[in-house]
Amino acid sequence: MSSVAVPSARRITWSRRRRAVAQAWAEYRRHAPGMIGLAILAAAVAMALAAPLLADPAGQHAVNTTANPAWANPSKFGPLGTDHLGRSIMTQFIWGARISLLVGLAATVLAMLIGSVVGIAAGFFGGWFEAVLMRLTEWFLVIPFLPLAIVLAAILGPSVENIILVIGITSWPFPARLIRAQVLTLKERLYVDRSRALGASNWHLMTRHVLPNVSGLIIANTTLTVPVAILSETTLSFLGLGDPSRASWGKMLQEGFAAGALTQQAWWYYAPPGVGIMLVVLAFTLCGQALEEVLDPRLRDQRA
Amino acid sequence: MTAAPLLEVRDVRVEFPGRAGVARAVDGVDLQMRAGEIVALVGESGCGKTTLARTIVGLQRPAAGEVLLNGAPLRYGRRALRAHRRAVQMVFQDPTGALNARQTLYEAVAEGVRIQGLPGDEEQLVAEALSRAGLRPPERFFARYPYEISGGQRQRVIIAGAMVLNPSLLVADEPVSSLDASVRGEILALMLRLVRETHVGILVVTHDLGLAWNVADRVAVMYLGRIVEQGTTEEMLTAPRHPYTRALLSVVPEIAHVEPQILTGEAPDPTRIPSGCRFHPRCPLVASGEAQRLGIEERCRGEDLGLAPVPDAPAGSDQVVACHAVAAATMAASP
Amino acid sequence: MSAAPDRSGLPLLSVRDLHVTYPSRSGPVPAVRGVDIDLAVGETLGLAGESGCGKSTLAGALLRLLPRGTEVSGQVLFDGEDVLTMRPGRLRAVRWTDMAIVFQGALHTLNPVQRVGRQIGEAIRLHSPRTSGSAVSSRVGELLELVGLPARRARDYPHQLSGGQRQRVLIGLALACEPRLLIADEPTTALDVMVQAQVLRLLEDLQQRFGLAVVFITHDLSTLAAVCRRIAVMYAGLIVEEGPSQAVFEAPAHPYTRALAAAFPVIGDPAFRMNPSGVAGDPPDPRELPSGCPFHPRCPAVVKPCSSIKVQLWPAGPERGAACVHVPGSGVPV
Repeated sequence: MSSVAVPSARRITWSRRRRAVAQAWAEYRRHAPGMIGLAILAAAVAMALAAPLLADPAGQHAVNTTANPAWANPSKFGPLGTDHLGRSIMTQFIWGARISLLVGLAATVLAMLIGSVVGIAAGFFGGWFEAVLMRLTEWFLVIPFLPLAIVLAAILGPSVENIILVIGITSWPFPARLIRAQVLTLKERLYVDRSRALGASNWHLMTRHVLPNVSGLIIANTTLTVPVAILSETTLSFLGLGDPSRASWGKMLQEGFAAGALTQQAWWYYAPPGVGIMLVVLAFTLCGQALEEVLDPRLRDQRA
Repeated sequence: MTAAPLLEVRDVRVEFPGRAGVARAVDGVDLQMRAGEIVALVGESGCGKTTLARTIVGLQRPAAGEVLLNGAPLRYGRRALRAHRRAVQMVFQDPTGALNARQTLYEAVAEGVRIQGLPGDEEQLVAEALSRAGLRPPERFFARYPYEISGGQRQRVIIAGAMVLNPSLLVADEPVSSLDASVRGEILALMLRLVRETHVGILVVTHDLGLAWNVADRVAVMYLGRIVEQGTTEEMLTAPRHPYTRALLSVVPEIAHVEPQILTGEAPDPTRIPSGCRFHPRCPLVASGEAQRLGIEERCRGEDLGLAPVPDAPAGSDQVVACHAVAAATMAASP
Repeated sequence: MSAAPDRSGLPLLSVRDLHVTYPSRSGPVPAVRGVDIDLAVGETLGLAGESGCGKSTLAGALLRLLPRGTEVSGQVLFDGEDVLTMRPGRLRAVRWTDMAIVFQGALHTLNPVQRVGRQIGEAIRLHSPRTSGSAVSSRVGELLELVGLPARRARDYPHQLSGGQRQRVLIGLALACEPRLLIADEPTTALDVMVQAQVLRLLEDLQQRFGLAVVFITHDLSTLAAVCRRIAVMYAGLIVEEGPSQAVFEAPAHPYTRALAAAFPVIGDPAFRMNPSGVAGDPPDPRELPSGCPFHPRCPAVVKPCSSIKVQLWPAGPERGAACVHVPGSGVPV
């Protein structure tokens, strides 16, 4: 490296970081299933964001669709037919994507935030603090998800925000345990000792040394938790605990089931949301696996 | 010695509770060091030397005793510890593990500067520290990561990171044992140069007597949590008095003229420290019957003892030894 | 010191022009670049070198224990038979019964979830499958006593043993089938100096008792000088010096050997006081080897021919050779 005009050390560091990200992206691109997952996700997110342009939100409400034929199959009323109230399935599908994705992502972020904070704090500080946090975590783990979610939803009332809260509160123990385990090994590392010997405070150690080294685990875990959150939302909506005024894929399944779509053989009612959920969950899983591969072995190879 | 010594360790004890009982890793150690001095703390694994080193740096709290820096005892509040770390720094055995693989070398050295809030231009301080540690031109190393440089260079980065704070005492825990043999001399030469240039004191923890001969002014030998003999390097390594030191010296391969005294077994673990002189179960004097002949065997088995001056040492020497045989000779020698 | 070797007849081990190259993403990596070794029955040879010099690769090559895909060329003649061209059945028979290897006794060299007695027994059973259970147990007990451990330790797991004890188990394991050649790869490196001395004395005793030939591999040149009769010094895949161990250690002919020897100060010698000497730079990466003499970028005695000449072991005294142009036997004008 010639020293014509040596850029400042900070700029060098940042350009190195940008290059590392670019390399990670290049590595990710080589992972075919990961790219497929990413494409699906991109399409789903695009569709959800463009919902106002693609379908009239008023079409979700039965009162505006009385002119439509009920139970019309896709050939008679396109593109996806109508439900028992004459509402366009397509409209519900597009708008439902918004709720499913929003809840999935938001609930996951909430769960990962709580889980990370608890996991890092418990692992790092140890002692009675850790004992208390871990007992709390185990308590949440032991309680079955569905009854807890139902009770919480019943108490808080049906709305999108509450669903996010419920799923977040019931999902954080899983990442918390994983992260704590990782932190336990990390805090014994010699470079943590060295930093402490330099005079670092606990906050410095946690944010500068522990957090960057668990970030890989957190990211991988996040992409694998989103599908779980989406499915949880689906379940809760199916049980009637979701927001009654907004369509979601789970709600579509619930209403279809209640209205007898199976006996009517109205496959166009339950197939689209079912396939939609399946594809999105699959997409997140593929991306998550690809990310894990990209983040971990690269680290190993680089540090060889 | 009129002024307070740079470092004073007073009757420090460090204990680790465990399933098998309490491990007394450091069991009453007194040690003093002056500025600009290199002291080698020698012993085998399990003797407590690393624990003592960490206690001096403040990474470990003693169960009893005090660590004094320039006469002031070390307190364990946050601010007191941070101030202590300005003055006492550590160099680690495994330079690869001691560097966060995700940090650039610049960040690794600048970390201390930032934590301690040192005044001045950070970039300049880092460049100077790297340069002084032998990494030149320092700018070339700023953006590199630890995996891109060799083991010896990583150790230099660690040393730079420690010296950037301008400490008065450097504690080096096996600084070269994980490096290639042909590279060790360079790091040791660097340490000598640092002492000459900055008058820093260095406590080198090692199991390598050859290293002590190479760079140390004084040597202290530890066994099972205690210092059993101390003195200048010349005294300790050419005329040791303690049977353990003698045995250690005799098995060093370079010493061909001394019959090796290979001790049986390994050092007992610190949860079961023997009664009396803690070395007596493995002591060649006891095993060969010499102790009985001298009439001290009972004391060796039953009476614990501390460091005492050596009887026929030259005037001005402060070599001390914890051995009943030597003490008996002292009694016999004094009128 | 080791017993006088049996110099009559053919050497027990004869390595000729051994080359070992590893495949890698960035191209072939030459780890061993033409090594010749002769070892007589009952002789001890020390192989000294630092990281990246190829000594562990060489040890693996002798028993054909290298990963698949590694290119090995040359000859490894054990008692006249070439190990590199042996059929798998013959190779398995030769492994352990004729040549055995002792590694560093780290916890992962022994299976941590098996008792040590079972692991030694496994070696015995692999080579004599029809041995009865009680015969195996008694042989295991015998071996443990041989290496200085009580026979009842067979029931222990590796983590219950200390470092020195694990090393003894590995030695016992290596001797299970009464080999004639023992390859010891860094057997004492991680041990305390007193435990090291114990293990070295054990190796010496065993070598004398059974007339074992030993190849002792380590970076600790001073240990080799005390334990082996001959030393070969490796650097960047080549042997750069060889000769009688005392002579090589006390009066090295190659600048690298000199640097390596200087890293082990002689206690009591004032010349070593406050005078640490090392060599600038680092051992070369096998992927980026210097041209000519591999040591020339770091050599304090470098001259013009060094960067282009192809070095070989030139005579440097009685039974000595050094791959340096400064040696009078090189015939290179300097």
